[in-house]
Amino acid sequence: MKHVKCECGHVNPHGTILCEACGRVLQESEKDKKLVDMRYEGSARRSQTYNKTIIDKIWNFFSSVKVGVWLIVITLIASALGTILPQEMYIPPVMPAAEYYEDQYGWIGKLYYELGFHNLYSSWWYLVLIASIGISLVICSLDRMIPLWRALKAQRVARHEGFLKRQRIFGVSEASNLDVSYEKIKERLKAKRYNIREEDGNILAEKGRFSRWGPYVNHIGLIIFLIGGMLRFVPGMYIDEVLWVREGETKVIPETDGQYYLKNNKFILEVYDKDKDNKAFSNAIEEKGMVAKNYQSDVTLYKKKGETVAGQAPELEKVKDYSIKVNEPLKFEGYALYQVSYKLDELNQMTFRLNKKDSEESFGEIKIDLNDPKDRYDLGNGYAVEVVSYFPDFEFDDSGEPITKSKVPNNPAFVFKMISPDKKDGEISFVAIQQTIEPFGDNEYKMNFAGIDTKHVSSITVRKDLTLWIIALGGLIFMIGVAQGSYWNHRRIWLRRVNDEVWIAGHTNKNWHGLKREIQSVLEGTGIDDPEDQVQKETKE
Amino acid sequence: MVSLSGNLLFSSFILYLIATVFFAGSIKDKKGKMKEKGPNKWAKIAVFITIVGFICQLGYFITRWIVAGHAPVSNMFEFGTFFALSLVGAFIVLYYMYKTPLLGVFTLPVALLLIAFSSMFSRDISPLIPALQSHWLYIHVTTAAMGQAILGMSFAAGLIYLVKAVDQSKPSKRTFWLETIMFGLICTLGFVLVTTTFSLLDYKAEFNWIDKNGQQLKQEYTMPAITGPNEGELLTAGKFEPLVEMPGIINAKKLNTVIWSLLSGTIIYLLFRLIIRKRVGAVLQPVVKNIKLDLVDEIGYRSVLIGFPVFTLGALIFAMIWAQIAWTRFWGWDPKEVWALITFLFYAAFLHLRLSKGWHGEKSAWLAVIGFVIIMFNFVAVNLVIAGLHSYAG
Repeated sequence: MKHVKCECGHVNPHGTILCEACGRVLQESEKDKKLVDMRYEGSARRSQTYNKTIIDKIWNFFSSVKVGVWLIVITLIASALGTILPQEMYIPPVMPAAEYYEDQYGWIGKLYYELGFHNLYSSWWYLVLIASIGISLVICSLDRMIPLWRALKAQRVARHEGFLKRQRIFGVSEASNLDVSYEKIKERLKAKRYNIREEDGNILAEKGRFSRWGPYVNHIGLIIFLIGGMLRFVPGMYIDEVLWVREGETKVIPETDGQYYLKNNKFILEVYDKDKDNKAFSNAIEEKGMVAKNYQSDVTLYKKKGETVAGQAPELEKVKDYSIKVNEPLKFEGYALYQVSYKLDELNQMTFRLNKKDSEESFGEIKIDLNDPKDRYDLGNGYAVEVVSYFPDFEFDDSGEPITKSKVPNNPAFVFKMISPDKKDGEISFVAIQQTIEPFGDNEYKMNFAGIDTKHVSSITVRKDLTLWIIALGGLIFMIGVAQGSYWNHRRIWLRRVNDEVWIAGHTNKNWHGLKREIQSVLEGTGIDDPEDQVQKETKE
Repeated sequence: MVSLSGNLLFSSFILYLIATVFFAGSIKDKKGKMKEKGPNKWAKIAVFITIVGFICQLGYFITRWIVAGHAPVSNMFEFGTFFALSLVGAFIVLYYMYKTPLLGVFTLPVALLLIAFSSMFSRDISPLIPALQSHWLYIHVTTAAMGQAILGMSFAAGLIYLVKAVDQSKPSKRTFWLETIMFGLICTLGFVLVTTTFSLLDYKAEFNWIDKNGQQLKQEYTMPAITGPNEGELLTAGKFEPLVEMPGIINAKKLNTVIWSLLSGTIIYLLFRLIIRKRVGAVLQPVVKNIKLDLVDEIGYRSVLIGFPVFTLGALIFAMIWAQIAWTRFWGWDPKEVWALITFLFYAAFLHLRLSKGWHGEKSAWLAVIGFVIIMFNFVAVNLVIAGLHSYAG
């Protein structure tokens, strides 16, 4: 690798545009320019210097801000497309997505589905876009930060004249009584929190250099954030389960290795009351009809005690009682339980009476737990009812056979065998809601419907996300970096004595207006003229 | 208290209106007095009135908070007025940083439009649904609105830049797009005027109609129906019959409102052009004559720099923290979330283009305008058109 030795003696890496130490213009092509390009201090960036091997080419591709901006813009447009119609996860589960989109939105919906936009944010090409942005972040940062760091570290107080006069803020003044003025200027610069370095009557006043690292810090934050997002796909890092638990029921919490159990004591749904709640709400409540106030599941969390042999009921130890509300999840051991949904008045128990048809005489009552029916209910005196078949969510299939759609007792139906002293073999009766079928002819007995009990069901999301702290750390670092880069400015003011003149130049990475005002107030009354803004002068001419 | 709150908001609206006039006056007055340092008397009065208006609006915010028991940032009206409050606040800060009365001439009308626009939606104080019952409501929504308002200042600066920089001597692409922006603002005004007119006339027409699932529903129009609902049947006697019937998948009522806004906006715009015989941009050009382009450019850039971190914090970071608590996940690709991400990406692109590709001046000003369009889209369209978890418009 060739190094470039500047007249000032400093050895610069190959590809340097402005000498790291004195700022002299090293590349011929830059010498004709009125102003030097101060981005990255004219340092040697790998991407601008090498372009031979495949690695160089890949590096150069991803280190280009142009490519980075295109990646951002494409991601932006793609993301917008995904919001035209609802994503698959938000459509109601009434029919398959393939049919749903066409059914609801016509040919646009069909096209949307066929292009894969219904699942856009988890499509491979969207993930490739995000990954490319991640790679671009790393390479862009490395390509710029290291040379910039070198250049800012190596800078000397005295800068080459060609460097100074090619700065945007530049002025030459006749110098008289310079020592007095210098003291005054230095004092004022110090008061404005500048770091001052002085060598042979030249001054470099600098402040806020750390704001130059802001972009790189925030890029590091973003990379950590993206890595956190990727870690979700590592098994065990992320759990997302739904637990439906009925009032009074105790269920094992999924993905806890059978260690934790949850009992739902009560589900509460409250709505705002026009008369009892804040009177200011009455108009809104009247207009909207009903406004939900609270969804709450009062639960008890249990932990399993000791080891249990398969089949044996676990011994449970109470951990705590808690009311899970929206915005108030129950947290334990890295898990969080959220109130997400509910079902009111699910059928829970049905009561039947065994009656004799002609006399309406009753021989006892049976109460069937719809989630766990017994095989046989004894009524005494030789009377009994056997549950031959049970269909919790009953319907007739195409061939007319009774089947169940699910295990949820939405529409229970039973095949009962009614046993009595005079019918010892029993009579068969098929009983569903509002419907009785006697498949083997007329029975003497029948099951009379006597009542139902209902219970609410809470839907609890079980969540564990071990990536959260990484994501949070990434977010925090990003915010620090972005604040660092946005709210501070890197400003430098150079004063150089050239014969009987004093040359002043200034540079800032942003907020030129502020720098100009600062220079003005520093120079006031020193006899040194304010430097000019060469960009503004140019536009005026 | 409720009426006090409303009166305070109304006062602030009137004060902003007066302040706009004074700011405009301060520009005129500057002729021949260019050498004089600092703002002139008109500008001082204008900024004083603006601050009084700001305090009034703050009073509205606080009294409404007390009455409701929660920060009034929970629906379209409340968010829009808070957005306007933040915009005025950001303007006052930038005014003291750069001492440019001209900024007021462009910012205050935007704030006025925002307040007027928001007031067209339900102003009832509504109770909070369970998902909104959290302190994060205040933290997330206010920070996000402030971030958007500061970013909005770059739109005002960008607009000034374009009005000054775009050559009005002959029609071009640039004059066309600048007029489009003006037309957009005028249509917002049109929406306010049409809504107010029909609400004063108490126009109500009820329709029976069939939705896309074949269900029969009732719908009440508050403006004469240009586009009627699917298989709509007018129930209220003596009201306007729809000109065109829409299919079931299109929300004919919202479309009708959009058409009325565009129609009234077009009429106002055409009347303006007919009477003044100049483009709106050309009429405004003398107002911005004395401002330095690079100063405006810097104000715009500065607003983005200040606003971008605030927006990211409020609309993404705080949003994610709250989403993790309320919705079990910090990110769920809800349309509002996606559009916050789009805004973030857009301004990130803006900053990269500016830093690395040297997109200063006019290019930067156009971008600032597009950025604000995205913010407004997220505020209006994502609430009203694209349904999602954030549709609290009411």
